Amino acid sequence: MRKSLTPGRTVAWVVLIVLMLLTLFPFYWMLRTALSDNTQLAGHPSSLLPVETTLGAFKRVLGLSTVEEAQAQGGSGAAVNFWLYLRNSLIVSTVTTVSQVFFSAMAAYAFARLRWPGRDKVFALFLAALMVPPIFTTLPNFVLIKNLGLLNSFAGIILPGAFMTPFAIFFLRQFFLGINRELEEAAMIDGAGHRKIFFGIIIPISAAPIATLAILTYINSWNDYFWPLLVGQQENVRVLTVALGVFRSQTPQGGPDWAGLMAATLIAALPMIVLFLAFAKRITNSIGFSGIK
Amino acid sequence: MAVTTSAPPKRRRRSLGDLKVAMIFLAPATVGFVVFYIWPTLRGAYLSFTEYSLLQAPEFNGLQNYERMIHDSFFWNALVVTVEYVVINIGLQTVLAVLIAMLMYRLTKSITVRAVILLPYLIANVVVALVWYWMLDFQVGIVNQGLTLIGIDPVAFFGDSHWAIPTVAGINIWRHMGYTALLVFAGLQTIPSYVYEAAEVDGSSEMQTFWRITLPLLRPVLVMVLVVTMIGSFQIFDTIAVTTQGGPINATRVIYYYIYERAFTRFDFGYASAMALVLFAILAVVSLLQLRLLRAKESDLA
Repeated sequence: MRKSLTPGRTVAWVVLIVLMLLTLFPFYWMLRTALSDNTQLAGHPSSLLPVETTLGAFKRVLGLSTVEEAQAQGGSGAAVNFWLYLRNSLIVSTVTTVSQVFFSAMAAYAFARLRWPGRDKVFALFLAALMVPPIFTTLPNFVLIKNLGLLNSFAGIILPGAFMTPFAIFFLRQFFLGINRELEEAAMIDGAGHRKIFFGIIIPISAAPIATLAILTYINSWNDYFWPLLVGQQENVRVLTVALGVFRSQTPQGGPDWAGLMAATLIAALPMIVLFLAFAKRITNSIGFSGIK
Repeated sequence: MAVTTSAPPKRRRRSLGDLKVAMIFLAPATVGFVVFYIWPTLRGAYLSFTEYSLLQAPEFNGLQNYERMIHDSFFWNALVVTVEYVVINIGLQTVLAVLIAMLMYRLTKSITVRAVILLPYLIANVVVALVWYWMLDFQVGIVNQGLTLIGIDPVAFFGDSHWAIPTVAGINIWRHMGYTALLVFAGLQTIPSYVYEAAEVDGSSEMQTFWRITLPLLRPVLVMVLVVTMIGSFQIFDTIAVTTQGGPINATRVIYYYIYERAFTRFDFGYASAMALVLFAILAVVSLLQLRLLRAKESDLA
C-alpha cells in the first residue's frame, strides 16, 4: 500500500526533486560560468548555457595563458599560482590526515582495548575538549606557533591537527570497543605483543571505519580556511581555500572575472567531489553514526 | 606483554602492565592534547585578563577587558547580529532538514538521493560563499535575473543591511541542510515500525502520526541536532570573511568575525581573548539549557 503512487506521494516526490535540484543548481552554475567568456558574460546573465563556450577561464587560472590573453578575457592579469596552491593543499591535507588518524587510532586502542587505572576519567577529559570552541584555543595556538617561529611554514599549519582530535579518538574507540576479545586473546597465547595485536588485528579489522574517518578528515582539512588563513598567508605555503579568498579580493570591483573565479572554485572543489563520488556510500552511511551520541 | 587473563591474580598484574603500554599508545595524542588543547585553553583564559599586542609580553590588567566589553557597542552589535543569524539559521535549517528526512524516509532509501543532498556539505565554505556571491550578484546574478523575470525588483542581497544576515544564513542552510537531514534520517530509522503499525490500526492520519508519534520520538535526536547546529552557527566566519567582511555598516559583523578583527587586524589580543571566553561561556550555558529544557536523555519510547 505504501508503494503505490497516490497523489500525496506524487507531491512528496515533486518536493524532494525540487530540493535536490536546488542543491545541484549552484554546481551547474559554477560549471556554466567557468566555461563562459568573461567579457560576454555580463551581456547574457540569464543564459542557461555557457556564454561563448571557451576553456579560457581554466587556462587563465592554471597559468596556461599569457598576461595579455588573460587581461583581454577580463582577468586581472595577476599571476595565479594554482598548481602551487594545489600542491600545498595536498601536502597539508595528506600529512594531517595520515598522522591524525594514525595517532588517534593508537589512542583509541589504549582507551578501548587496554585496562589501566583512570582510563575512563582520562577519556572523559579528552572528550571534554570537544566543548571548547575553536576560536578560544586558536588565539593562544597562534601565539605559540608564532613564538616557535613557525608562521608561514607547513609545520605551523599542520601541527595543531597532526596528533589527534577528540572526535577522531571517539569515533575509532566506538569501533574498537566492539571487537571480539577472543581474537586478541588467541593472539596473546601465540605470543603476540600489543604492537602486533594493534597492527596485525585491530587495524586490519577496522579498515572500513578507519578509511571513513580518513576520508572525512581529508575533506575537513582540505576545506579548512580559518587556521591556514592565520598562519599560512605567504605564497609558498598558501593552500587553495586561502588562495581563493585572495583571488576574490584581487578581482576588479567593476567587472569581476566571474568566469575565472568560478573556474578556480570548481578546480578547488573537484578533488573533494571526486573523493565523494568514489566513497559516497561510506560517507553518507557514517553521518548517522558520527552525529548522534 | 604476553600475559593471559585466565587467573585472577594475574589480572592485577596485567592491569599494571597495560598502563605502561597505554602510556606508549597514548603518548602522541597526549602531546597534541596538552600542547594544542589544554595549554591554549588555560593560556587563553589568562590572556583575557591582559593587555597584549603580540609585540610585547602580555601585561596583566585585571578585569579591564571585561569592563571594556560592557561599554563596547560593537561587541553588543556583534552579539545581536550573531543571535539573529543563529535563529534564522537553526529555525529554517531544522524545518527543512526534518522535511527532507521525512521525504526520504517515506519515499526512498536511495544512496544517490542521500548523496546529492549531502554534496554541498563536503564543499569548502569558501567555495560555497563564492558561488553564491556570484549567483546573488545585484546586477548579473542569476537569482536576481529570475526575480526580474517574475516581476520582482532585484535585491541587493549582500549590500542591503536588512538582507545581509538572512542571505548569509540562507547560504549556510543550503550547505548544511543535507547533513542535518541525514542526522534526522538516522533518528527516524531508530523508531520501531510497530509504533507506526499500531497508529495505522487506530486510524491515525498522516499528520496526526507525524505530530503525535514521529516528532516526539525524534526528540532526543532533534535536541542533539539543535545543540550541534547551534554551537556550529555561533562560529560562522568563512562565509562572512569571503563575502561581506562585516558590512554593510556592521550588519554582518558577527562575534567570530569581530574577535578575528580585534586579534589579527588590530592586534588587540587580550581583548579578543576575553571576548572568546565570553563566547565560550555563552555556548556552554546555552547548550546546557537546551539539554536540560528539552530533556535530551529521555526518550518517549516506553
